[in-house]
Amino acid sequence: MTIRTASKLEKILASGQLAVTSECGPPRGSDPEVIPRKAEAIKNHVDAINVTDNQTSMTRLCSLAACIRLKLMGLEPVLQMVTRDRNRIALQSDILGAASFDIQNILCLSGDHQSFGDCARGQNVYDIDSLQLLQTVRHMRDEGKFLGGDPIIRPPRLFVGAAENPFADPYEIRVPRLAKKIAAGAEFIQTQCIYNLDKFEDWMRQARDRGLTEQVYILAGLTPMKSVGMARYMKNRVPGMDVPDAVVKRLADTPKEKQAEEGIKICVESIQRLKEVKGVAGFHIMAIEWEEKVPEIVEQAGLYPRPDVA
Amino acid sequence: MIVAEKKPIEEIIDTVKDCQSILVLGCNECVTVCEAGGKKEVGLLASALRMHFLQQGREVNIGERTLERQCDQEYLEEIRDIIDLYDMVVSIACGVGVQFTAEKYHAKPVVPGVNTLFMGANEARGVWSERCQGCGQCLLAVSGGICPVSRCAKRILNGPCGGSSAGKCEINKELPCGWQLIIDRLKALGRMDDYEKIIPIKDWSTERAGGPRKVVREDLKL
Repeated sequence: MTIRTASKLEKILASGQLAVTSECGPPRGSDPEVIPRKAEAIKNHVDAINVTDNQTSMTRLCSLAACIRLKLMGLEPVLQMVTRDRNRIALQSDILGAASFDIQNILCLSGDHQSFGDCARGQNVYDIDSLQLLQTVRHMRDEGKFLGGDPIIRPPRLFVGAAENPFADPYEIRVPRLAKKIAAGAEFIQTQCIYNLDKFEDWMRQARDRGLTEQVYILAGLTPMKSVGMARYMKNRVPGMDVPDAVVKRLADTPKEKQAEEGIKICVESIQRLKEVKGVAGFHIMAIEWEEKVPEIVEQAGLYPRPDVA
Repeated sequence: MIVAEKKPIEEIIDTVKDCQSILVLGCNECVTVCEAGGKKEVGLLASALRMHFLQQGREVNIGERTLERQCDQEYLEEIRDIIDLYDMVVSIACGVGVQFTAEKYHAKPVVPGVNTLFMGANEARGVWSERCQGCGQCLLAVSGGICPVSRCAKRILNGPCGGSSAGKCEINKELPCGWQLIIDRLKALGRMDDYEKIIPIKDWSTERAGGPRKVVREDLKL
């Protein structure tokens, strides 16, 4: 795959080395120190840092502002952008805002329904969906034009990504859907948290069979479990999450004070196994409000030090 | 049909509490079929209001009428001779009927007795569900006859999102995932290849986004 942007993430992926990304959730307030503090803890162990966009529909400090903070620290942000809250004017406008700070990566998402968050009585927008946002960013970048057709002076140069959940239903369209996202313009994929490794490997096999892993970089998503309580919550309450009974049992059989350690161990073992899966181009480690654990996961998984591609 | 449901009686009473005479006005169309605003419901609401005022020790005249349609000038004319007998009209037609009655009788307070909900179908006895949001640019030919605009909670034109679980939507375990329905139907039609066609960005100007809409048919005008 040829390099199309100045993204460090793209360079590492194109070099054939396994990439490592992680993410920071912005605070529920305006404290300017939160994002830099979280980023400091992980910056030497990851290639790029995703910033979530009002995840689970809880109102937070905006993703773009947090990405700018990372950029000003000399780090590589991945701007997550959901189509739930903004119409095509606002989306294109924010894309240009990101480009003006030379933010190099974007992840196009539809976003959780607003009913999960603190504004359950609000409207959603969904002027366009996540696939159409991929098309929009690619159109702005590659054609140098707005959706309305006018030329963009200094078009955005973003490396364009999408999420994919190999565990959502119906399973049979999960690989066709990946193909659809690639056709819409996705250049990298970050997957939903993987706990069911067998199912993920089957999904990857189907993706390889269709030649999709030659067309897109797939970063396997991992979230370490802090406790058996978290495992049960993820299994039973989070839509589209597949946590096998064996994982829950392993944590349940571990004394409470050792469960967090065991969760990290499961995560590291998963990475070790998935490193061997052909087509896995890297890892996206989502340690939810547990960012300080990312360095040890990365080190234990043998992914440290990170490559220098500047 | 347009589906509506009755407003709570307390809310209606609060609106009409100072009136001396009230006309409860029903409609023979959609709201009759969904049993929210037809002749039967006119009778029930009128009785409930009479009971209330009786308990208050007040004599309030409650009239009852049900028109063939409240969204039609011709039928609305039928109450012209009685409208002045009342302080207020409680219309239990859909929002269209309430407004058309108010437009027709400009100086008369007309208030709604139902909440108008959606365009839907009668799934089973006592069950109605949404099927159309009137986007003005029908996609059903490409989506296997199931509408992603009205059946998906996010109106996603290229779904399903990651929240589809065992055929249900992430927002409610009782709610079918619209995209699961589309896929099931494409499968039944032997058209799964169509799933991989990307539905392009939609022109919403034919929907609410384009402002209040109007149809003018020159061939039908008098």
